[in-house]
Amino acid sequence: MSVRETILQTVEGSPGREFIIDSDIHPEPYSPQSFRERLPARWREHCETYGDPQRGPYAALTGYPRYIPRTSRRDAWPSNGGLPGSDLELMREQHLDRHGVALGVLEPLGQGSWTRNLELMGAVCSALNEWQLEDFVAHEPRLKASIVVPMEDAPAAVAEIRKHADNRDFVQVQMNSLSEEPFGRRKYWPIYEEAVSHGLPVGIHVGGSTGARTGGGWPSYYNEEHYSLVNSTQAHLTSLVLEGVFEHFPALKVILIEGGIAWTPALSTRLDRLWSRLGSEVPHCRKPPSEYVKANVFFSTQPMEEPENPEDLLQIFADIGWNNILYASDYPHWDYDDPEYAFKAPLSVEQKRKIMFDNALSVYRLD
Amino acid sequence: MPELSEARPDGGSNGTALKIDCDVHPGVPTVEALMPYMDDYWVDEFRNRQIDGLEIATYPPNAPLSCRPDWRRDGERPGADRDQLSDVVLDTFGSDIAICNPVYGGLVALSEQMAAVLCRATNCWIAEQWLDRDPRLRSSIVVPAQNPILAAEEIERCAADARFVQIMLLVANELLLGRQYYWPIYEAAQKHGLPICIHAGSMYRYPTTPSGWPSHYLQDYAATPQLFTAQMQNLMSEGALARFPGITFVLAESGISWLPPYMWRASRTWKGVRGEVPWIKRAPSAEVRDRFRVTLQPFDVTDDHDRIEKLVEQIGGEHMLLFSSDFPHWQFDGDDPVPSAMPEHLVRKMRTDNPLSIYTRLREDK
Repeated sequence: MSVRETILQTVEGSPGREFIIDSDIHPEPYSPQSFRERLPARWREHCETYGDPQRGPYAALTGYPRYIPRTSRRDAWPSNGGLPGSDLELMREQHLDRHGVALGVLEPLGQGSWTRNLELMGAVCSALNEWQLEDFVAHEPRLKASIVVPMEDAPAAVAEIRKHADNRDFVQVQMNSLSEEPFGRRKYWPIYEEAVSHGLPVGIHVGGSTGARTGGGWPSYYNEEHYSLVNSTQAHLTSLVLEGVFEHFPALKVILIEGGIAWTPALSTRLDRLWSRLGSEVPHCRKPPSEYVKANVFFSTQPMEEPENPEDLLQIFADIGWNNILYASDYPHWDYDDPEYAFKAPLSVEQKRKIMFDNALSVYRLD
Repeated sequence: MPELSEARPDGGSNGTALKIDCDVHPGVPTVEALMPYMDDYWVDEFRNRQIDGLEIATYPPNAPLSCRPDWRRDGERPGADRDQLSDVVLDTFGSDIAICNPVYGGLVALSEQMAAVLCRATNCWIAEQWLDRDPRLRSSIVVPAQNPILAAEEIERCAADARFVQIMLLVANELLLGRQYYWPIYEAAQKHGLPICIHAGSMYRYPTTPSGWPSHYLQDYAATPQLFTAQMQNLMSEGALARFPGITFVLAESGISWLPPYMWRASRTWKGVRGEVPWIKRAPSAEVRDRFRVTLQPFDVTDDHDRIEKLVEQIGGEHMLLFSSDFPHWQFDGDDPVPSAMPEHLVRKMRTDNPLSIYTRLREDK
């Protein structure tokens, strides 16, 4: 039975119960050390000796210290001493069972995968993929994994996708947004080609390690860095469209995760305007940019912007397209969007069903 | 929000409302034009080394956006013809006053000395070649942000001339603009009651996105709102906004429609982490409404009455918009920079009341 059929069977088996699909759950290891033990000895020793060199001022800490430990809800720390997101039982209690999650897509972050060392990046991504299956999916069939790829090394990324492509426990390929180059650039195209050939969407989750967080330099505070993640998402959307990725891979589905959503119509309009003026620079982009966005790009909701007038969201959702929006919780992080309270605007039953359930069923690889 | 009705009940002269264009771009034809305002050393430098072509990378002179096709003049830099600028901006568009924002190489030079020389020369050139010759023109003071001490000196020098009505900075520099490094500029601005205009344009010191360099000019220009959000976040986060309560910041050529989602997201984040930046006392959306204004062009909103009303409501009200044509940049066609669906009450506000409320020098000197 396919993953999709299993999900639908679960739903049908509990009439009257509401189910949701969550496009953003963060699994964590019991501790950073416990994950490191999964690496080959060569890389374990490397990390113990040299740390995890990224692109920031500290040996073992982000340049923007988080406001809350592990950026997590205070109540998400398991009693066994592990990290938030590491304990399946607590995850079930706080999120999966509580909110009727029929499918939760795992989005593993970091653990060394944001390093500048390409070989280390490859080793960590391989370990992340095995670990998701062994520690989560094997014990909790409602959770599905992402193929995390060493995105700055396309041949290695392609090999990693190929390794897992036939395993239906993986429902998407995952990249992270703070990259060396915008994702429309040619060096990333082999990743899209491989993903498309297996019917896998590509999720771009915010985060990573890069240079200056803004085109005007380095911000000082987490309060600012948090916003720059929106910008990195916008940069990739712009790049994918204008470098012609969707023109070349019309079947490619991209999911933008945790980068916000309300800015999309404004950016699409801006791109259409500029394309009408400057289209001669990008002749490979044959349609107005907004058309590619509508056809190929999906947006996860968390962190949901909160207009003063909540009903303003309805126009924004309509402009984005009701079929292009996927609910995300971001469990167990501090800015978690509880599915019961995330949407302040009054959604119709049908609109809510699309966002919370139906759209995801057709975006992820669930056959 | 300041009350304007007292300051200027009927706007300008002739019993009609004074109409103000808050962003037009005279073009420096060649560096030769600035040489009368430099010392011998710099004249020799530019001449002997044949340094010219100092238009900034944000506006390649031949790019379609840099000059509307019907305003192009063979062999001339966009906006270099003073009569054309006055004809189009003042006579055709029906403005009484236009504020010049000369965007030129001094703003981006890697040498801070060269930056200072070019900015000073640009200000002298604008005063003598433009403001002296058309009494309807005003200007921003362009300053070398590469060296804020020199920038403050230039502000002091120009502030004596009341035709300089604000200070202009580009939206991407060596550091984010909230940093104390730049505070001498704000000290001078506050002292003279001059708004700070943050204008589109980059020194190109960093990749134009947090995820590296895109391939195209189009993408760089599309990413401009990102730079504005970065500056707004930084002006708040470093405490600069709180430290200089007298300064209004004008976002020029930024576009407008990105503002509401930015305000919502920044306010939500601030609610969660405001303990990190306790000097931000109010939600960023409130700071934006109180301390920032935004110019009209490029108007990146669907030209629809209800959509425009909604947007203006979302960004904080009818006091937020400042009319601009952005001449000679190609942002619209035809003879009216005001979008056809713009509600009438907003037109009066943005063309007259809103500019007069922040450009105090326009109230005083006419």
